Amino acid sequence: MLLSIIIILGIAFILYAILGGADYGAGIVEIFAGKKGEHTITKAIAPVWEANHVWLILAIVILFAGFPLIFSTISTVLHIPLMIVLLGIVLRGSSFTFRHYDVGQNGSRKYYTLFFRISSFITPVFLGVTLGAMILGEIDLSASGTFYEQYLRPWLNIFCFTMGLFCAALFAYIAAVFMIGEVPSVGERKRYIQLARLFLFATTILGILVFVAAEWHGHPLFREFFASTFSVIALGMVLLLVPVLLRLFRQPNILYLRAVAGLQVLLILLGWYAIQFPILVYEKHGNHLTFYNTQAPAATQLQMLIALFVGLLLIVPAFYYLFKVFKGAQEEQ
Amino acid sequence: MDDLLAARLQMAVSLGFHIVFACIGMTMPVLMAFSEWKWLRTQKQEYLDLAKAWSKGVAIFFAVGAVSGTVLSFELGLLFPGFMQHAGPIIGMPFSWEGTAFFVEAIALGVFLYGWNRLNRWVHWASGIVVGISGVLSGIFVVSANAWMNSPAGFDYQNGAYTNIDPVAAMFNDAWFSQALHMTLAAFVATSFAVAGVHAFLLIKNRNNTFHRTAVKIALSFGAVSALLQPISGDISAKDIAQRQPAKLAAAEALYKTSQPADLVIGGIPNDKEERVQHAIHIPRLLSFLAHGDFNAEVTGLDKFPKEERPPVFITHIAFQVMVGLGVLMALAGLLFLVFSAWWKKILSKKWWLTCIAWLTPAGFIAVEAGWTVTEVGRQPWIIYGFMKTSDAVSPMPGLQFSFYIISAVYILLTVILIWLMWRQIATVTNFYPSARTD
Ligand code: HDD
Ligand code: HEM
Ligand code: HEM
Repeated sequence: MLLSIIIILGIAFILYAILGGADYGAGIVEIFAGKKGEHTITKAIAPVWEANHVWLILAIVILFAGFPLIFSTISTVLHIPLMIVLLGIVLRGSSFTFRHYDVGQNGSRKYYTLFFRISSFITPVFLGVTLGAMILGEIDLSASGTFYEQYLRPWLNIFCFTMGLFCAALFAYIAAVFMIGEVPSVGERKRYIQLARLFLFATTILGILVFVAAEWHGHPLFREFFASTFSVIALGMVLLLVPVLLRLFRQPNILYLRAVAGLQVLLILLGWYAIQFPILVYEKHGNHLTFYNTQAPAATQLQMLIALFVGLLLIVPAFYYLFKVFKGAQEEQ
Repeated sequence: MDDLLAARLQMAVSLGFHIVFACIGMTMPVLMAFSEWKWLRTQKQEYLDLAKAWSKGVAIFFAVGAVSGTVLSFELGLLFPGFMQHAGPIIGMPFSWEGTAFFVEAIALGVFLYGWNRLNRWVHWASGIVVGISGVLSGIFVVSANAWMNSPAGFDYQNGAYTNIDPVAAMFNDAWFSQALHMTLAAFVATSFAVAGVHAFLLIKNRNNTFHRTAVKIALSFGAVSALLQPISGDISAKDIAQRQPAKLAAAEALYKTSQPADLVIGGIPNDKEERVQHAIHIPRLLSFLAHGDFNAEVTGLDKFPKEERPPVFITHIAFQVMVGLGVLMALAGLLFLVFSAWWKKILSKKWWLTCIAWLTPAGFIAVEAGWTVTEVGRQPWIIYGFMKTSDAVSPMPGLQFSFYIISAVYILLTVILIWLMWRQIATVTNFYPSARTD
């Protein structure tokens, strides 16, 4: 039962990284895509952004009902970065919607766009910062230290911000790949292919820097990684897919392209899960918070599983329908 | 500002902001689907125009509702980690169901908003119905979590530990039904009166406009029926808190001393120092009847509770008077509307009537905010009634007031923009919809 919940949590997280990631990334890509891009991007994400976003809510609900100590710990210690994420989510969602629906398309549009882009960048950075802080092990649950030691040091460091930038680059990469399939004209397509290459490069560099920064902080991420055969295989496959991608960029087949990029994200996350499991929050003195030592009572888990199961039965076909109707209709046009 | 106060205020601001969108999200899909149904049946242009015009507005509100709801699900932990650590596993179930309902709602809304010309008409209409049903269900689930805070159930409490957790019993706690019923009706009252009010205002200037007249008719029909049911449901709620949370009822009624029989106190200004209400109207014995169904029953007053366990009387009492007062006003307006529609249709385009309706535009939402103030402030100092104090649940992080300032600033800004956007949307309605042009 516990395992099923963990798996669903893992899946929710992957889907959020891919679908939500494409959504945040779209705001970053837009900065580089010119006036025309703004229009295409808006059109591509408007029907689906809210639905994409719900994966985050699912993950949060699973966390607070299923692993309450983890939820309360993260939200106490990482209050500040999470608050920034929330502000980002609010500003991003509102400015996007205002821009899309405001009937008077004039002066105000500039500001919506500005807010949309800034928050599309800030939010993934601070999501990454939060994740980084959970991995790094600077969180100290025993001490009653100073404000800095308790509430800033765990996340205000090089490693966490490298993680943040890595997230932003990865999301932008996903979005660029996604957008290749959303534009019919060859010229526009070229632009997104260029961007996809650029962000693939940035993601790779930042990915390496994440490991470097971890070593620099004395967190043996590198060694942990190579101790897990699964992770090594996963990362190897991610790298092997790069030449495939570069080829696909030359002769875009939209389906393959998306599948390969999605597979990469999936493999990165699975590789990471493998070294992380079952720990969710690393603690400074080794009192790590794991799925096992924080799990909710069995009765709660059972009820949660029932709700999730019924939910999936309803949601999966509905989601499929939504995508079919709109993506199909767009291609016809 | 101390951290506890900051956290409570931030929670109040965030919830007070979210509830507006939640009400709209529960009600508007039903109004739109109704209008579309009329169009499918009669093929009259104004029904289609209305459904479309409304759906534009709803898309904006829905998005802001979704992001402010996301904020809330984090905020429960960010501000009250002590609460979530213990309550999470107990009330996780309604939240999981709520998540499911939201999901369906978001997807169906996507289909509804973007499917006008792409789907079979009846499939499109059905997607609107699905939005409405799942919106109402999600509201009911989340209110059930709140009802659990008022009426904790489904666990044993031993030496500070919550054991033997039974999420089903927790969800169907004693308060869930009365609160869910009252909230759902409130959403319909508030949204319907607001919509009717705005259209009535526009109708005053342009008395024969079919578009606005149809809008007022549809919205008021829903508003009138729910406004007439609301006092009945409110009476159920009041009887309920008289049993479960006598301190809340005593604070709402500003009943400082336990009395048998007890008077109903209307209006007035509670004075905590002298423990009496100044300038109030007293109706003998009515409170005994309203709380217990018996004109001679004893009603528990605040004197039965130690000073540190009494909720703030002033806020609770005033908020209660505001809610009930507005509730009675809207119920009267609803009654008049139903009577007029049956026997004296002409009155519906009279200026004085439209002016009344226009004035009632914010009434429902003010009542909703006031009602939640009664429920939440009336529960203080408890966050889980009888088990955990709010002060024991609050985040230990210093400086919470800064989050509060920032969140409030952002929400005020968004409110201003939203009002401005709606105003612009309404001002251009004639450009888009043929039936809005007639006069
Ligand atoms: C349109 C809004 C509206 C209107 C007209 C009314 N209410 Fe209300 N009331 C609410 C909106 C509301 C609410 C905001 O929805 C609350 C907060 C929590 C809840 O369940 O409903 C509420 C709570 C609430 C409570 C506290 C319930 C609890 O804590 O469990 C009582 C006793 C009443 N109401 C009683 C009344 C009475 C006697 C009314 C007579 C007209 C009335 N309400 C009209
Ligand atoms: C949307 C409608 C709601 C409104 C307008 C509302 C309003 C408020 C207000 C005014 C307070 C501050 C009370 C005080 O400290 O004096 C508060 C506190 C709180 N509310 Fe609500 N509330 C709503 C629904 C809910 C729901 C559905 C939940 C939970 C599932 C909830 C959970 C809380 C919590 C945890 C606090 C802080 C602790 C406390 O003050 O008791 N509220 N709310
Ligand atoms: C009485 C109080 C509440 C009611 C009636 C209510 C109802 C609703 C409704 C109808 C929606 C749909 C969105 C819309 O139409 O705009 C919504 C959105 C949302 N609410 Fe609330 N809500 C309440 C309080 C809360 C609380 C306390 C939380 C968090 C703990 C919460 C979390 C959410 C979330 C996460 C969403 C977004 C879901 C999505 O994207 O589809 N709500 N709420």
